[in-house]
Amino acid sequence: MSSLPILNSPPKAKDRVFDRKGHIPTEYFKDLLFDLEAKGELIVHRIADDNFIEVDTKYGRKKKIPIQHTWHHKSCGQCGHIPGYSTSIFWLHRQLGYEYYDPKDQTSCTAWNYYASSASNSAAQAAIAIRNFAQAYEDGYFPLIHCGTSYGHYKETRNEILHHQKLRDQVRRILDKLGKPLVFPEEIVHYSEWIHVMRDQIKAKQKVDFSKLTVTVHPACHYHKLVVEDAIYDRDLYDGQRTAVVSSLVKSVGANLADYSTWHDCCGFGFRHILVSRDFSRSFATIRKIERMKEEADPDVLITHDTGCVTTLDKSQFATQAHDRKVGIPVLSDAQFAALAMGAHPYKVCQLHWHGVDNKPLMEKMGVDHKKAWAEFEVQVERIKSGEIEFMSWEDAE
Amino acid sequence: MASIYADAKYQDVSEEVKQKLFDEVKADMRWETTLYGCYECGICVASCPSARFYQFSPRVYAQVMAREDIHTFYELLNDSVWDCSQCFSCTRCPRQNNPGGIITIMREVAVNNGMQSAKTALQAYSRIIYKVMSTGTQVAPDMLQPDFFPDWGPDVVKVSENLNNWRRAIPPETMHTTELAWDVSEQTQLELYLIWKLSGNLDQIEILDEGIFMILSEVMEELLEEHGYDLDEIDVVV
Ligand code: SF4
Ligand code: SF4
Repeated sequence: MSSLPILNSPPKAKDRVFDRKGHIPTEYFKDLLFDLEAKGELIVHRIADDNFIEVDTKYGRKKKIPIQHTWHHKSCGQCGHIPGYSTSIFWLHRQLGYEYYDPKDQTSCTAWNYYASSASNSAAQAAIAIRNFAQAYEDGYFPLIHCGTSYGHYKETRNEILHHQKLRDQVRRILDKLGKPLVFPEEIVHYSEWIHVMRDQIKAKQKVDFSKLTVTVHPACHYHKLVVEDAIYDRDLYDGQRTAVVSSLVKSVGANLADYSTWHDCCGFGFRHILVSRDFSRSFATIRKIERMKEEADPDVLITHDTGCVTTLDKSQFATQAHDRKVGIPVLSDAQFAALAMGAHPYKVCQLHWHGVDNKPLMEKMGVDHKKAWAEFEVQVERIKSGEIEFMSWEDAE
Repeated sequence: MASIYADAKYQDVSEEVKQKLFDEVKADMRWETTLYGCYECGICVASCPSARFYQFSPRVYAQVMAREDIHTFYELLNDSVWDCSQCFSCTRCPRQNNPGGIITIMREVAVNNGMQSAKTALQAYSRIIYKVMSTGTQVAPDMLQPDFFPDWGPDVVKVSENLNNWRRAIPPETMHTTELAWDVSEQTQLELYLIWKLSGNLDQIEILDEGIFMILSEVMEELLEEHGYDLDEIDVVV
């Protein structure tokens, strides 16, 4: 009779370590990018040697995140409908003392439209991306992408440009007519990656205690599902099994990071749906995300890092109250959350009056006097109305 | 080859038409990295938001395309392709497929061929196409109107009532706009218009929505003329 094998008990989940030892399953875009540069096909826009912090991405490759001298590739959904989102990104740069450029010579990536309608083509999409990149290169600043959709789409565009000579030739012909060079940045960097590498500096300047807050995080699909290997992963966060950005900030500022079962689900944005088929977006956002979080974690706030996610998760909650859905979680971006931690003005900087769900209970839990803050904001609006000032300046806001 | 479904829809549409559309999808340069096979495991369906609320399945796309079933392909192209959320949750596929990517290409083919189902799906949406193509930013503050977003609650009413003053009460200089998300320079807008024309994108819009094409061309012509260009004389270079 053969003896039974002796089994050691497997390590407990908390002691388990996922350490990638095998080869990386995807090609490295940088090899192809620098190869094309060597052949004279394009220019690679590099991050200066003294201007980056290095992080790990999904399969263990390193990624450089620029610290400053960044060209802020804004998001139309943020600037248009959630202006405190972009304002907070700029405010953080100002408070941490990092130089940036907010260009007028930038267009939207137009990818929201592309994913909604497909009423475009690869050459047009690549030309728009590279026109923006060429402009940043000529302006002398490295692109920092505010929008998750732009970030995802530009990585898709990078794959197409790297692999298809025909597309490169088409785009070059377009750019020639514009008088622009074919430039690609050495990294496609999302602003939430910058916040991730700045989290200790943000903590060092924290003024508001967040230890009483429970926070859920929604990772944006186009950040971690589209061209997956480029997203930041960190062993200290969920054992490196889901992206570290956003969650790392929440932990760094001392809030309680709460998990929930549908973290991988999308928000329901749908690109086309959020504009013209919102019954779907509302149902998905409420039933699969907000209610699950409420039931499993009961958070004070939901933090995410993309235009569409903030919009869908926030704005979908109002109408569903009519159906007695369990809603009522304020939704903020990580940039606004970090700014609030550092004492930013909730209305002058974070512009919370553009959000849907009532965020006053959240501010009260943060110890922020929202009545006083609103009165201060109204003073600025009155100055504008009376013609005393044309716009509220950074000095007025800070 | 007939459809595997005896009661397949669109049997009146000729095989040639279906085959042509199918071949256009497969001719797209992105095609080769969207489908490698299929285990029928359903992981894509489990992660798909659209599958929860529509008669929709990314697995079916992988299967139908792999089987080259042009009849069911045509049915998907007409009846289901616009339900996808383009979230790419389906990239979880253990076979490294990208069903969402297949759908992006299929939609582009539907638009390029002026399919009525694409026009219908995008009817209410085309004003957004006009916004992004004419201004360079897709979502603008002046879209926050209660009649466009009646379900977004009272804050939309407040924003629309206070729009001009509230936009001025935002610190970054580029964001004091109401018709655009930020202030796009004239030179940049001009370059964008050239891209629409040179890339053939404007021709796609003409097929999709003639009304939008007309007003867009008018707006473009004005700026291009100011800078010495004649829209009709700019050739598509792709
Ligand atoms: S991209 Fe489309 S098919 Fe894929 S998971 Fe999202 S909704 Fe489903
Ligand atoms: S996840 Fe991939 S292999 Fe599994 S059913 Fe979907 S397409 Fe097929």
